[in-house]
Amino acid sequence: MGVIDPRQAAPIGPGPEQDAILKAVGDEITNRGFVIASADKLFNWARSGSLWPMTFGLACCAVEMMHSAASRYDMDRYGMLFRPSPRQSDVMIVAGTLTNKMAPALRRVYDQMPEPRWVLSMGSCANGGGYYHYSYAVVRGCDRIVPVDVYVPGCPPTAEALIYGLLQLQKKIRRTATIARG
Amino acid sequence: MPAVTVVAGCQSRPTGGIGNQEMTDAANTEADNAAGVDAPLQAMQEHLRQLVGGSLIESRVVQGQIVLEVAVAAIQQTLVALRDDQHAAFNQLSDLTAVDYPERPERFEMIYQLLSMKNNMRLRVCAAVGEGQAVPSMTAVYSAANWAEREVWDMFGIFFAGHPDLRRLLTDYGFEGHPLRKDFPLTGHVEVRYDDTQRRVVNEPVSLVQEFRDFDFLSPWEGMQAQIPGDEKAGKDG
Repeated sequence: MGVIDPRQAAPIGPGPEQDAILKAVGDEITNRGFVIASADKLFNWARSGSLWPMTFGLACCAVEMMHSAASRYDMDRYGMLFRPSPRQSDVMIVAGTLTNKMAPALRRVYDQMPEPRWVLSMGSCANGGGYYHYSYAVVRGCDRIVPVDVYVPGCPPTAEALIYGLLQLQKKIRRTATIARG
Repeated sequence: MPAVTVVAGCQSRPTGGIGNQEMTDAANTEADNAAGVDAPLQAMQEHLRQLVGGSLIESRVVQGQIVLEVAVAAIQQTLVALRDDQHAAFNQLSDLTAVDYPERPERFEMIYQLLSMKNNMRLRVCAAVGEGQAVPSMTAVYSAANWAEREVWDMFGIFFAGHPDLRRLLTDYGFEGHPLRKDFPLTGHVEVRYDDTQRRVVNEPVSLVQEFRDFDFLSPWEGMQAQIPGDEKAGKDG
């Protein structure tokens, strides 16, 4: 998260200014017992801080996804908890080659996810067909089937790259307004 | 062992393809015999010749493995004989597949890879099949043939007579065509996308943004076919 200056909408780096702001907020909590924040920011904080992915591990990228959830690049510390059911998940990570036979199933799983939902396309095959782009049985990119928010390139992307992609998705969620106005 | 490049097929007569590396039967057995093919292999080859009998078209030894070529009509009795024989005892079907040689009159070649656990020996049985010709199913002989024959049907279009459940295995549900035939294009005929108005995934004719490019790094000019002067003495595969 971090401290953001509302007048310039820019984050304030670590230093005496940030320390002063944090101290002021902390003092308010101690004195009054609550802090006032805007609803938008609160929702975005909640949504991005607890992104539950629906695993759609199709091929080799699934192993790198497992790596990113394992102990070295722990995903759980970002609040990401893998859910087996689409009904309980926020983001779908399409990890691997999407074949023509699998495409209707992918769409069905995406349709079963409740709003707000996001899709992260992981790996070269999910981005644009990848290694099998010219094959007769491969969908040339999962964005032909579902709308994608973040593309993570690589074959496979390193676990670190996937974490980076998920952090970019978190930033995207935070800057997107949540409450529809008028 | 002399370094030879052998295409592991059955038919020894030259097929006339470009850059054909197949060796003739005589040369191959010469090479193997010269290197000293071990006696058990030769003994087994002789035993199999007698076992299969009249329906055997040809038998060779390719890189330490026996290869038998039979006619398709005799394939069932041949495999049963190979499986039930006390000495040979090829009791496992490792693989069942086909190869497409479009320049041959009988286009496909069925390949059965057998394994004898008793003798620790592998055997290949080949049979030439023409287009539209049905092959008797081996499901009753080896149950491993069930899905393998489904895959061959799906990929090549070879019909297996007597198969209990011959339907597609690998391709998409409404897929038309047999992909591993040489005349089937790499990219296929249809591609898939989601149509929002119909609310389902639809098939559409293929349209590629960039065509498939073949990078031939041996030639400095793309698509060059003519021989560079000075290369006349180089080998065919040089």
